[in-house]
Amino acid sequence: MNQEPTAQEPILRIDGLSKSFGPVRAVDNVSLDIQRNEFFALLGPSGCGKTTLLRMLAGFETPGSGRILLDGTDIAPLSPEKRPLNLMFQSYALFPHMTIRKNLSYGLEMERLAKTEINHRVDEIMAVTDLTPFAERKPEQLSGGQKQRVALARSLIKRPKVLLLDEPLGALDKKLRERMQLELKRLQHEVGITFIIVTHDQEEALVMADRMAILKDGRLLQCGAPEEIYEHPADRFVANFIGVMNFISGVVTPNGSFEADGLSVPMPGAAAGPATLAIRPESIAVSMNGGGIAGSLVDAAYHGLDRVLHVKIAACETPLQVRVPAHTSADLGIGSPIHLGIDPDRCRLFPD
Amino acid sequence: MSFQASRPNLLAAPAVAWLLVFMVLPCLLILSYAFFERGTWGGVVYDFTLENFQRVVDPLYAKIFLNSARIAGLVTLIAILIAYPAAYAINRAPKHRQAMLLFFAVLPFWSNYLIRTYAWIVLLNREGLLNNLLRMAGYDGEPLSLLYSEGAVIVGLVYNYLPFVILAIYSTLSRLNPELMEASRDLGGGPVSTFLRVTLPLTMSGVAAGGVFVFVLSIGNFVTPALLGGGRFQMIGNVVYDQFLTANDWPFGAALGMVLIATMIILLFLQGRATAHASGERAGAPS
Ligand SMILES: Nc1ncnc2c1ncn2[C@@H]1O[C@H](COP(=O)(O)OP(=O)(O)O)[C@@H](O)[C@H]1O
Ligand SMILES: [Mg+2]
Repeated sequence: MNQEPTAQEPILRIDGLSKSFGPVRAVDNVSLDIQRNEFFALLGPSGCGKTTLLRMLAGFETPGSGRILLDGTDIAPLSPEKRPLNLMFQSYALFPHMTIRKNLSYGLEMERLAKTEINHRVDEIMAVTDLTPFAERKPEQLSGGQKQRVALARSLIKRPKVLLLDEPLGALDKKLRERMQLELKRLQHEVGITFIIVTHDQEEALVMADRMAILKDGRLLQCGAPEEIYEHPADRFVANFIGVMNFISGVVTPNGSFEADGLSVPMPGAAAGPATLAIRPESIAVSMNGGGIAGSLVDAAYHGLDRVLHVKIAACETPLQVRVPAHTSADLGIGSPIHLGIDPDRCRLFPD
Repeated sequence: MSFQASRPNLLAAPAVAWLLVFMVLPCLLILSYAFFERGTWGGVVYDFTLENFQRVVDPLYAKIFLNSARIAGLVTLIAILIAYPAAYAINRAPKHRQAMLLFFAVLPFWSNYLIRTYAWIVLLNREGLLNNLLRMAGYDGEPLSLLYSEGAVIVGLVYNYLPFVILAIYSTLSRLNPELMEASRDLGGGPVSTFLRVTLPLTMSGVAAGGVFVFVLSIGNFVTPALLGGGRFQMIGNVVYDQFLTANDWPFGAALGMVLIATMIILLFLQGRATAHASGERAGAPS
């Protein structure tokens, strides 16, 4: 794993954490260090154990094995109400019988703070999250986006050391989700609290996270900065899961060259044997003057700024996706021959 | 009203007709006797009078009525205090075991009401199981007179209606999103605060439904007081029973019945409002 050591002591250290439900290994020996004030994303397909991991951190599931160190102390013996971290539930879990103001003050009342202090902090958090007009409403009288903000504010008001967010934007529509991604990031910066956010949306993780971890079937596949994971996926699964990736199967020859039908890419130093070449759509060039890999255009999708060409080549069953600037490809008709160039430096090779 | 909106009404028509013809009409007929005079040899003389209602507020009957209400209230309270933990435990049990536990909770229901009540006589009488057990445990005083007392009536009523309350509370508990309780814990609430401020308020509708049910059935009950209370113990249901079957004073019995039914309707109405309130069906959002 690409977890570089940092001078700073991590605020949260997850050490060999596992949890099984019967035969299902929901979380399987996961180790992670989360840095102070980091915006950390846990990314993985549905059912990979993200919620279970968060619930262990929050204290709602007992780990099968492993340790959770918060600021250096093991929090395993603490019950949920004693842990200085808060969980924002996927379902928001707002108290339906309380007004928004009551929902927000609940956590502070549990700390037995003075009334004036509570009121002050509730007003403050409502201002930050634009909830002031809804103070006296009940949760059912709010839209999805407003409920999401209440859930967030209700956790933030506790000033936890770490805030855990379980798919906080999952229930919102696309436009609102995109706005809230930036909003969350801004807020995290403002309040200076470490965020661990769970999502199954790789784009969301790329946009928001300082660092992210990819989970599959309860196991940690890779951890690192978004750029790092996008550019250097550790395995085929990560490569496929993050962004769009073209895969071409072939063989690496003993003299270090990847060969497939009508295609040869020099891969010096690669181990010989069957392998899969992975390349991003934006790393394939279209050469208009012939030369390179011959193919034909099957489909083209206009995306405003650029265009994604689907190009059938002999080496590969599924057409390759090629991303080109929209203005350079306007005159290409479906079926027209096309030649592609692949930059070996921007390819990843996965032995089969 | 549109075609679509009127369709559900049509579907309910047979049930409504059944209730009207076999339930509401006979009740109204009987209750209407309350406004007429009693014949010298029983029966009803159709002369309008309010005299029956004057008798209802007679201290003698008012006292029995209030006493019945007190007993029904005690029964309700005890039933809720027993049923809530039971429903809570059933709801906490693994999903696949809950159906079985509920089955056991309502098991007594499948036997006849009279048999169930007589069973208590077997348990409580001076030669009964309880006294025998006490003797076996070394007690050698006079056998306890457990039967034919207010306590026996309360025990019998609680026992009979407990399953209703367990079911009513369980149904609200099982519909409660468990993450609400977890959110409370997460926000720093201990188990007690969580129960008092989240779980209980959100299941009050079940408590109210079960409670009103028990109260209404208890206050009008005449079988259990007759069997477990012996002759010396009267609840308002027994008085009504006597007016119709012994004293042959149907108009007065009808007047007493009307007061009982009015009490029940008011309680059911209040409970309905509480439920609507709890599930947020209230209109008019303050903004
Ligand atoms: N309480 C539970 N009992 C049994 N299996 C569970 C329970 N919670 C989660 N699982 C299983 O553990 C796996 C991971 O679930 P979860 O953590 O909810 O995944 P995610 O949040 O990534 O979608 C899934 O296979 C799920 O079915
Ligand atoms: Mg989940």
